[in-house]
Amino acid sequence: MKQFDLAPVRHPAPASLDVVPVAEMSEATRAIRLTPDFDVETLGTALDHLDLIIVTFPIFRDGRGFTQARALREYFGFAGEIRAEGHLIADQAQFLRTCGVDSVSLADDSDTTPWLKALSLFPATYQSRLGLRA
Amino acid sequence: MNAPVGLYQYQTADREFLASRITEFEGQVQRRLDGELTEDEFKPLRLMNGLYLQLHAYMLRVAIPYGVLDSRQMRKLGHIARRYDRDYGHFTTRQNIQFNWIKLEETPEILRQLADVDMHAIQTSGNCIRNVTCDQFAGAAADELMDPRVHAEILRQWSTLHPEFTFLPRKFKIAISGSPQDRVAARFHDIGIIARPGENGPLFRIFVGGGLGRTPLVGHELFDAVPESDLLMTLEAVLRVYNAYGRRDNIYKARIKILVQALGIDGYRKAVEHELSRMNPDHYRLAPETVAAIKARFAAPDLTASPEAESKLLQDRRGNVEFDRWVRSNTHPHFAPGRIVVTVSIKPAGGIPGDATSDQLERLADLADQFSFGELRITHLQNVVLAHVPQDRLVELWQALTDIGLGDANHELIGDIVACPGLDYCALANSRSIPIAQKLSARFADNALQEEIGKLRINISGCINACGHHHVGHIGLLGVDKRGEEFFQITLGGRDDDHSRTGDILGAALPEDDMVDAIARIVDRFLSVREKGEQFLDTLTRLGDAPFKEAAYETV
Ligand code: HEM
Ligand code: SF4
Repeated sequence: MKQFDLAPVRHPAPASLDVVPVAEMSEATRAIRLTPDFDVETLGTALDHLDLIIVTFPIFRDGRGFTQARALREYFGFAGEIRAEGHLIADQAQFLRTCGVDSVSLADDSDTTPWLKALSLFPATYQSRLGLRA
Repeated sequence: MNAPVGLYQYQTADREFLASRITEFEGQVQRRLDGELTEDEFKPLRLMNGLYLQLHAYMLRVAIPYGVLDSRQMRKLGHIARRYDRDYGHFTTRQNIQFNWIKLEETPEILRQLADVDMHAIQTSGNCIRNVTCDQFAGAAADELMDPRVHAEILRQWSTLHPEFTFLPRKFKIAISGSPQDRVAARFHDIGIIARPGENGPLFRIFVGGGLGRTPLVGHELFDAVPESDLLMTLEAVLRVYNAYGRRDNIYKARIKILVQALGIDGYRKAVEHELSRMNPDHYRLAPETVAAIKARFAAPDLTASPEAESKLLQDRRGNVEFDRWVRSNTHPHFAPGRIVVTVSIKPAGGIPGDATSDQLERLADLADQFSFGELRITHLQNVVLAHVPQDRLVELWQALTDIGLGDANHELIGDIVACPGLDYCALANSRSIPIAQKLSARFADNALQEEIGKLRINISGCINACGHHHVGHIGLLGVDKRGEEFFQITLGGRDDDHSRTGDILGAALPEDDMVDAIARIVDRFLSVREKGEQFLDTLTRLGDAPFKEAAYETV
């Protein structure tokens, strides 16, 4: 897999981190992979020790990862890297970025052109035009 | 700025967005035609652009935000019907229009033509927030407390390409009204909003968890009085709970109504309040300046009318029985003296409910220019409204409508039938809904008889998915399959107004060929047992369904 950055990552996680399923995390864990049904509120203070959280998309139509990412940023102030993994399509690039996702994992041989194009397509969101913070 | 009346004037950014979106879709269509994309891969992409695959052809559903459009847009729809379809378009129960016979390779061109008049097909399908619907008499009805269109436009913008809520468990439908007379079926939407003015600005009563389909449920009141500043924040919280916890394992259990049912309305409210307590209000506040800026992009029509307008109308009515009847059934009081709200019936006797020919579409555009500031609305009963007609010219409008076959006096009467596409277009159907609708409307073609029968709504769905809203028909018909034959089940007593409820099943389903007679027997029985001044629903409430059951099954 290769990483594709949706935006300049504020606090990039070190490349060598060992990613652990959220159910198996311990105090030493610095990178976790969430399942879409996971309630991020239950992470509590464990968030402070994490550098990387991976939100997952079993199919691209399952949009729970958007809400998880947003809650991590907005409610719990998570400042580390959020990465999206799974079945994603380039049309989702802007949505992911707006919800606070920094990067996506893509297959090594996948073409990043559609992702670059999608990011350049629509500059201002409708929500921001209404004065919402998105 | 030369803003159209009644709808929002696009900005450059809106147009740029549409143009880039079409270019993108054009590439996708080309890749599909070249075989580079399989139908499976192409499906989500075409659905994002409102393109469905029906039984026999592609169908394009075009969004008409809150059901309002201007004459230039209507004319364009007529052109598209003529040039790219079989000379007609179909108005839907969600105030949109569909073209049923579209060629895939022509869709980018059609979308470009639509974009020329600021129209598109985005978010008319898929599990996103769909086109927001609105009271068709908004900004005109005498009974209205507050014009909901500015907030409908705000909801449109807020829900367009929403970063978090474009991949929900299931589609999401919002309706808004500003009248205590609920004309949007607020309690049968995922979210229904009734707006009213308050001492310090607008207040919004919010219903959640209503819907039809396989599990018809009446929505519950979530909050009684949300202030304008908190409207979007509240909706975000409602959607956030749904996006996180709505079921995704079974599409028939995925609507918000099922989650509201599972948590109970108090449980849902608690979850929403928990979200709200964590949200930063500064990030979500809808500022008065924002509302004012959007409001400024709606032109206000000059509604002054001739002082003789009302007496002229009275005089015209006295001279013409048919016109007088049409005025009784197809108009609604306007708040401005000398003006009147007109519902143009798209339910001619024997016709297909909601279908209009290209000629009719174009003529409606002309009539809108002549009589109503170039503005038209589509209703959720699939009719067309001209909202601001001068009373002294009403007879002229009626004559023009009669000339194009749209002068029927049957609004909210038995001929004003809602039917889903059924087996003529839909792969899921058990039965043909459209021919039954046509036969019923031909049977009750006589406008005088329709007036005598009074308010009586028939809704027909070809299967349990309830696209024809049979649950809320005063008489509802549901197509069922019995050993490969078409049968219909009858329900009585449904309604979607402020006394919303779903209808009760009358008895065993009847075969298709006895259906029209059975309905006629029910209506005859009603006419013989009704007391003076009663409408069908009143008689049904007073007597229960026994007499109607007896009539329906008389010959069986
Ligand atoms: C011809 C192809 C069509 C198919 C295959 C189809 C399929 C469906 C299905 C499966 C549902 C249930 C969705 C759910 O419960 O989540 C549904 C609901 C619905 N459909 Fe259709 N439909 C078609 C055409 C239409 C048309 C043309 C209209 C409008 C005139 C329409 C209006 C509706 C409405 C309003 C509902 C929602 C009922 C509710 O839950 O409130 N459908 N449709
Ligand atoms: S109600 Fe059934 S038959 Fe009618 S359009 Fe919907 S899915 Fe098709």
